[in-house]
Amino acid sequence: MARISGIDLPRYKRGCISLTYIFGIGKTTALSILQSANVDPDKKVSDWSDEEITAIRTIITDTYKVEGQLRSEIQMNIKRLMDIGSNRGIRHRKGLPLRGQRTKTNARTRKGRKRTVAGKKKAPRK
Amino acid sequence: MPRSLRKGPYIFHKLLKKIDKVNSSNKKSVIKTWSRASVITPDFVGHTFAVHNGNKFIPVYVTENMVGHKLGEFAPTRNFRGHSSKK
Repeated sequence: MARISGIDLPRYKRGCISLTYIFGIGKTTALSILQSANVDPDKKVSDWSDEEITAIRTIITDTYKVEGQLRSEIQMNIKRLMDIGSNRGIRHRKGLPLRGQRTKTNARTRKGRKRTVAGKKKAPRK
Repeated sequence: MPRSLRKGPYIFHKLLKKIDKVNSSNKKSVIKTWSRASVITPDFVGHTFAVHNGNKFIPVYVTENMVGHKLGEFAPTRNFRGHSSKK
């Protein structure tokens, strides 16, 4: 059982890949964690010893912001932008791209699925 | 690419002069400016700026959270009110 910061790591995968299942840990971070914990990155999670798991867990909780904490930090940053009424905050509120991309066409990632307009006013998002 | 640290944040020199004047006289007055690209520094906090948006001056009250942003970010240049509804 390797349960780190509320996430069950897949046991059949290599350690460096498994750790990326945690929100906030990518491949680079995973590798550096394993290096500082002295664990072979190619070792499967099921082969980790208890000491190794504890070492990895302490490194993650001590040095990295992951999962819920990270998500709430991101939300706080967005909220700050919206509260001060900056351009980026306004774009967040309207659900439009923030960095000056075109919105005449495309921008579907931010705007969501296409809504067809037939003489009707578009319903604003949010 | 960010601005070189050696230069420090960009503030239009005349705007800086205006702020110094307001700060030293200890009076609160609206500072009119066209300099949208100026970075807000801690000296700006508590003042109201009238930032030009190309058409008119938008009053912007600077709070502590805004430090590091630029004045222009708070004065939108486009005012989209939605498409006209056909009726």
